[in-house]
Amino acid sequence: MTDIAATVQPRFALSLGRVGQLLALGVLFLIAFVVLQGNGTLPHKDDSQVFLTLNGVRDWVDANRSTNPVFVYVLGPIRAAIDGLDGIVTSLLSQASWIGLLAVAGALALAFVSWRTALLVIGSLLAIGLLGLWTETLQTLVLIANSVALSLLIGIPLGILAGRNDRFLAFITPILDFMQIMPTFAYLAPLTLIFLIGPASAVIATLIYAMPPAIRITSLGIRGVPVQTVEAAESLGATDGQVLRKVQLPIARRTIGLAVNQTIMMALSIIVIAALINAPGLGESIIVAIEKLKFGAAVTAGIAIVLLAMVLDRITASASGAGLPAVIAIGPLRVPRRTLRIIALAIAVVGLLGGALASAGSSFPAAWHVSIAKPLDDAVRWVELTFAGLTDALKNGVSAGLLDPIQTVLTTSPWWLVIAAAAGIAAIVNSTRAAVVVAVALVLIVLLQVWEHAMQTLTMVIVSVVLTMAIGIVLGVWAARNRVVSAVLRPINDAAQTLPSFVYLLPALALFGPTRFTAILAAVIYSVPAVVRLVEDGVRGVSPTVIEAATAAGASRLQMIRKVQLPMARRSLLVATNQGVVLVLAMVVLGGLVGAQALGFDVVSGFSQRNFFGRGVAAAIGIVLLGVMLDRITQGTGQRRSVRGVVGRLGVGLNSNRASREA
Amino acid sequence: MTTVAAPPATRPAGKGSPAAGGPTISVRGLWKVFGPAEQRLTRRAGSAAPSADQIEAAVRDHGGTVAVGDVSFDVRPGEVFVVMGLSGSGKSTLVRCLTRLIEPTFGEIDLDGENIRKASQERLRELRRRRFSMVFQNFGLLPHRRVLENIAFGLELRGESKATRLTRADEMLGLVGLDGMAERYPDELSGGQQQRVGLARALAGDPEVMLLDEPFSALDPLIRRDMQNEVIRLHHDLRKTMVFITHDLAEALKLGDHVMIMRAGKIVQIGRPEELVARPADEYVEDFVRDIPKSHVLTLRWVMRPANANDPVDGPVFPVDTIIRMVIHAAAATDKPIRVIEDGQLVGVVDRAHILETVAGQGNDAEVGPPT
Repeated sequence: MTDIAATVQPRFALSLGRVGQLLALGVLFLIAFVVLQGNGTLPHKDDSQVFLTLNGVRDWVDANRSTNPVFVYVLGPIRAAIDGLDGIVTSLLSQASWIGLLAVAGALALAFVSWRTALLVIGSLLAIGLLGLWTETLQTLVLIANSVALSLLIGIPLGILAGRNDRFLAFITPILDFMQIMPTFAYLAPLTLIFLIGPASAVIATLIYAMPPAIRITSLGIRGVPVQTVEAAESLGATDGQVLRKVQLPIARRTIGLAVNQTIMMALSIIVIAALINAPGLGESIIVAIEKLKFGAAVTAGIAIVLLAMVLDRITASASGAGLPAVIAIGPLRVPRRTLRIIALAIAVVGLLGGALASAGSSFPAAWHVSIAKPLDDAVRWVELTFAGLTDALKNGVSAGLLDPIQTVLTTSPWWLVIAAAAGIAAIVNSTRAAVVVAVALVLIVLLQVWEHAMQTLTMVIVSVVLTMAIGIVLGVWAARNRVVSAVLRPINDAAQTLPSFVYLLPALALFGPTRFTAILAAVIYSVPAVVRLVEDGVRGVSPTVIEAATAAGASRLQMIRKVQLPMARRSLLVATNQGVVLVLAMVVLGGLVGAQALGFDVVSGFSQRNFFGRGVAAAIGIVLLGVMLDRITQGTGQRRSVRGVVGRLGVGLNSNRASREA
Repeated sequence: MTTVAAPPATRPAGKGSPAAGGPTISVRGLWKVFGPAEQRLTRRAGSAAPSADQIEAAVRDHGGTVAVGDVSFDVRPGEVFVVMGLSGSGKSTLVRCLTRLIEPTFGEIDLDGENIRKASQERLRELRRRRFSMVFQNFGLLPHRRVLENIAFGLELRGESKATRLTRADEMLGLVGLDGMAERYPDELSGGQQQRVGLARALAGDPEVMLLDEPFSALDPLIRRDMQNEVIRLHHDLRKTMVFITHDLAEALKLGDHVMIMRAGKIVQIGRPEELVARPADEYVEDFVRDIPKSHVLTLRWVMRPANANDPVDGPVFPVDTIIRMVIHAAAATDKPIRVIEDGQLVGVVDRAHILETVAGQGNDAEVGPPT
């Protein structure tokens, strides 16, 4: 008895202590805030020393670009090579007429996916043409083709290496983590400084964003090959090369196909951001439309991007799916696969030649354009007028009730108090090491002289994360416990996760106009699907035996959720929080495009206005630091206390032994 | 001072001489340490093995586990050598050490007198391609290849022509009773059929030694029995030397010419099946064999007593290696003691009551005597 009490009590005290510590920290912080408010604040100044110094760096680079050997012999040639590639692909695509491209895309879908997909692909591309965005779509396609080709060329070999070599994986994982939590925004300015505005910068920016999944998924695919299969090959005397060629690559083929598909999707999702550094195409159309608050035009371009995403997704998804059967049914017809592929090839060739002969030109006939921008604008105006009361109430309610108080606390407290509080939270929920990282990140933000804007951004992030987690957990638990809800939410989540992020800005913008609330709403819509999915999977993953045991013990529905499912899904909840924070930050920053001010706006204006370059770069670094800080606070908590199943280990061998004897 | 040395449990290794009668595989002082301690030990000791105490101290100080601790044994040509132990006993690590799929920490492994531990990677691959083959618990088949291509995989690795390897694979298909399955994919087969493919793949290269790592543990009991009989048949027909890993004592006793019982990386006992049942080395083994019906394993040698002048001379006659179970019928038909002969000579008698007691499972250790 005493033994049990001795082992149980300290753990109980510890877990109670953690919540208590957080509460105590909160109370202390508030008391200190009341006493010290207004002291030690760091108001924003547009002409701070850091910004001016960074402007100076830019001037130095501009002055030395044509003489410094690093630029002349390393960076220059890289830029020239990518620009050259861009030129080649552009001229190839423009030599094929629009008819030819339709035929090639349709033929690819027919030969490798299905005739239904072929129709869908052709229909989508026709729709893009009718919307009057053919030329822009081609420009976007060139950017994607180049950045995806380079991403895969570098990413797949690195992924294979990471899949086979633990040391390399350990080395590259933190780099990939960093590439992925770093908002794209952050590295655009330095890129344009080095590679100037143009295809090279856009391609490299896209590559930085799209390559990590290619490496990760390829590595996962290689690691997903069962150890026993590799061991079996080794036991038969396979060399390293034979294991790779004959076992690992063939088995991982589908996963690597998924890597290709994901890389394309990632590339597509940042074309709008690439447009901020003047990459031409659909992204540019959206940016221009948003800047002029032309909702209809923005939505039109958004639709074109979604259609293009669908086309690319459908054509490449087949690479990760099962291969086509040898005989394919088209309605009542039975066509051998080989025949179908010959037909597809014929369609492509005829289309290309026919288009060239008919001299249809690279662009879609302007006479067929259909504009949907005007009716959309009218509809939005009607919604705005009709629901103005409701949307204003919501906007003002959240602003006055949540945003303003939090922002006041964060911006009018002494900076060191905020840092101490953040480090304290990190120390309590994670570890002392995390607390140190958090404190260092925040001190660097202070030194960059972007404190006030960073606190404004942080406010939006906190509010968005709270809303996201509240909605996400409710929906996730509901979906996990109810088949119908899950069946309804799954496809919506799937679709939502393949849409490029800025698409979410558009409806929010239509309803709430250019304010920080728009950014918050977009961030919530953007991150909820991922959170719902993680929570649902986590709750579903709770062992049925435990559920059964709790039911047998008479747990009510609420008790089941509160005392069994949520605590046991703790790891998933923490991962979901971490994911939610990363996604929210990316979107809140993007909100700088639609009036959300703060760091995001500083970055955007840094691209367009020369004298704000320094402020833009400092803000970009500030965003990265905020990301690191938020990631550290929410990450790793899952590893701290893991519940281990002891039961499973006992007597497995004995039981099966007995079973075989009985047999 | 003269001491009488106890006879070694196994014959010493025929160093460097693959002479007739020498063991096929000879393992001496094999250690496998996982974790930080391993590097410490090998860095400090080079190739010479430190003492068991030193190794255990290193594991205590630097962290790690001893998966295989000071294991020595011989596998004779053509025999089935079973390594039996529960999960975590180190048996799977041990079998992987034999072909250095897992690099041993210390110890010697000889195959027909060739030192495996000194073999280059090149030579090792050659040995794996031609002299050893392995069968795995989870089959380890290639999901993207058909059955026939799976069987031919080892031959492909060693560079046989396509025609040769497919012909050979087709023969193997028949040998393991999978005719007509050549064009299937592994996931279209049952577990038992998949393991037949695993067996065929291992046999295709005509290896000298087959290593089977719990090959039937993932199978249903009925299928398992079929597969055990299949192995007995293949062993009878092909006379391959086999090292068979299992956690199932019944399987070990059924298949093994010799059985080695392992616990926590150490050898507990090596012996013929009936030796384990009749004379368990310690309580651990005793606990294992308690439920094994002795009459199914022991021979008359283990239960006979010396004949004396008063014994009737017209009782039923059986050879000394007869399993007790086989004489029940004869014993029931007579009230005379059974006469046990070896090489035509009377070596002892068994009383009817004694046989019945053994069958009923009441025969305790005192009644089971050592063979003379």
